[in-house]
Amino acid sequence: MQGNQAMAEGAFYAGARFYAGYPITPSSEIAEECSRKMPQMGGVFMQMEDEIASMAAIIGASLAGAKSFTATSGPGFSLMQENLGLAVMGEVPCVVINVQRSGPSTGLATKPAQSDVMQLRWGRHGDQMVIALSPASVSECFSLTVTAFNFAEKFRVPVILAPDEVIGHLRENVRIPAPGELEVIDRKKPSGPPEKYKPFAADADGVAPLAAYGSDYIFHVSSSMHGPDGYSNNNPANAAWRVDQLHRKIERHREEIVLTKTFDTEDADILLIAFGATTRASRAAALELRKQGIRAGVLQLITLWPFADQEVAALGQRARTVIVTEMNYSGQVAGEVRKVLGAAADIRQVNKYNGQIITPQDILEVIR
Amino acid sequence: MWCPGCGIGVMLGALLRSFEELGYDCRDTVVVTGIGCTGKSDDYLVTHALHTTHGRALAYATGIKAFNPKLKVVVIMGDGDSVTIGGNHFLHAARRNMDLTAIIINNFNYGMTGGQFSGTTPSGAITQTSFYGNPERGIDICALAEVAGANYVARGTPYHVWELKTNIQEALSKKGFSVVEIYSPCPTHFGKNNQMKETRQMLHWLKEKGLPVKDYNRLEPSQKEGCFAVGKLVDRDEPDFNTRYEAVRARAMAPKGLRNGDTQ
Repeated sequence: MQGNQAMAEGAFYAGARFYAGYPITPSSEIAEECSRKMPQMGGVFMQMEDEIASMAAIIGASLAGAKSFTATSGPGFSLMQENLGLAVMGEVPCVVINVQRSGPSTGLATKPAQSDVMQLRWGRHGDQMVIALSPASVSECFSLTVTAFNFAEKFRVPVILAPDEVIGHLRENVRIPAPGELEVIDRKKPSGPPEKYKPFAADADGVAPLAAYGSDYIFHVSSSMHGPDGYSNNNPANAAWRVDQLHRKIERHREEIVLTKTFDTEDADILLIAFGATTRASRAAALELRKQGIRAGVLQLITLWPFADQEVAALGQRARTVIVTEMNYSGQVAGEVRKVLGAAADIRQVNKYNGQIITPQDILEVIR
Repeated sequence: MWCPGCGIGVMLGALLRSFEELGYDCRDTVVVTGIGCTGKSDDYLVTHALHTTHGRALAYATGIKAFNPKLKVVVIMGDGDSVTIGGNHFLHAARRNMDLTAIIINNFNYGMTGGQFSGTTPSGAITQTSFYGNPERGIDICALAEVAGANYVARGTPYHVWELKTNIQEALSKKGFSVVEIYSPCPTHFGKNNQMKETRQMLHWLKEKGLPVKDYNRLEPSQKEGCFAVGKLVDRDEPDFNTRYEAVRARAMAPKGLRNGDTQ
């Protein structure tokens, strides 16, 4: 199965029944899969007029009670940013898949890149926090899509799943879990008297229950600053409370959200930090180094945002050399690693930004 | 609320009276708004509501309606939302024939941001960003809705209050994409530079130039200059998106071999 197909299957497994998108390479297979399967499952597939509308439609559908998602790539993801901001502000669960491709602009439209890391985090105006995940195998494409929906539903947030083109188009064997095998989380619904319902009054876990349009719990969602009842509220104290809450509901669940994998890191003198397709080259390079008697290990960042600062600190401070591998020029993850480990640490970068993937040889070269 | 003389309040009153007379229930009614003066409307409602980004209200509403066809979804927009920044969504909501009712206040400028020209500002009009006269032409929202495929199109004004309510009720009752455009030249910004500084001047203009559709259609082309038709302009019954999508679902769920073609 292909990575893109596995993400569509993961979405169906998680209960997604609404997809809206606009075709773009290298993500179009996700839309094609949805156009075939959604109507069979009683769900909705919509091909919208652009990515702006796609993002808007999945938010609308989510508020009507759907688990909804869209998929795109660089240029389309740029267009989604404004309405993605509404999903943050309105606390609307949904999943956005950005199969990362080369840029800037149209770039090498069919070639891979990992250069949207900062756009995932900071692409929208205004202060906010998002969750972003990145799979490194077709199997993770499936399982992390389920995880993405679970985070979206549990924390009432948009979650971004950001594979690179290599992973999106990779074909591997995948075992699809039986129903019930993986946990599937549904959003908290309100209870109690409908007239008392406030869609932005958070429970003790920092997350407010979310009703669906059409239920007895009548509610307002607004892109503008709003109070707990969803109606406009320009009071400075209220604005501060909202921005706090949008950040804190993610920060307080950091342990659950920040996912990493480690390979041979217990005694690693050389720590390779990677995500997505570069994880695979990094593992091959680390195994090669072990053969040469050099203690090397790999830290795979599954959650890109919030950043795995504690995990990077724990392993990075023990290592003599840290190598960050990523398909971009600017070292978007390397910069975060530097923030954690400090300027004095021996941090080396392997960057490739010509549309070609990083090979184990590329990594071995910076160690020689 | 809104500036003295603004037609948004009249529109909202007509809409709410329509809801009441048609027996709408807050629980299955969703009002979606955009950005600008009309975008404030949802704050005065107790229905389900979604206040969205500029120009995108129809795309949000499309998602709501496509997922839950039982909901009655009304979209309140201005001329900026509907046919300027949001023009593409307007075309495609009409082309899909989404079962939505679009209520559009056309005040011929961006009122909220201080009176700049919009996609409906007439050629030559003075605004904050067309100080020497608008070099561009204004778009005809109703004509656009008609060619793009809306099932119902009407134009009203805050002067023709009762006719407006009738048109809104017809639009709400119509399955498929329905549009009610309401001419309401912004007295605060557009009006002050274009001979409609006072509300009564605006109302006079609406009364003098706004002609019932039948009367307007009888005029010679030269006589139509400066006038506009008020009332129902388009009324047809093409199947809406959800009806067509149900047929797609039925084909998708049918046994293999029956899925394609119309022979089943």
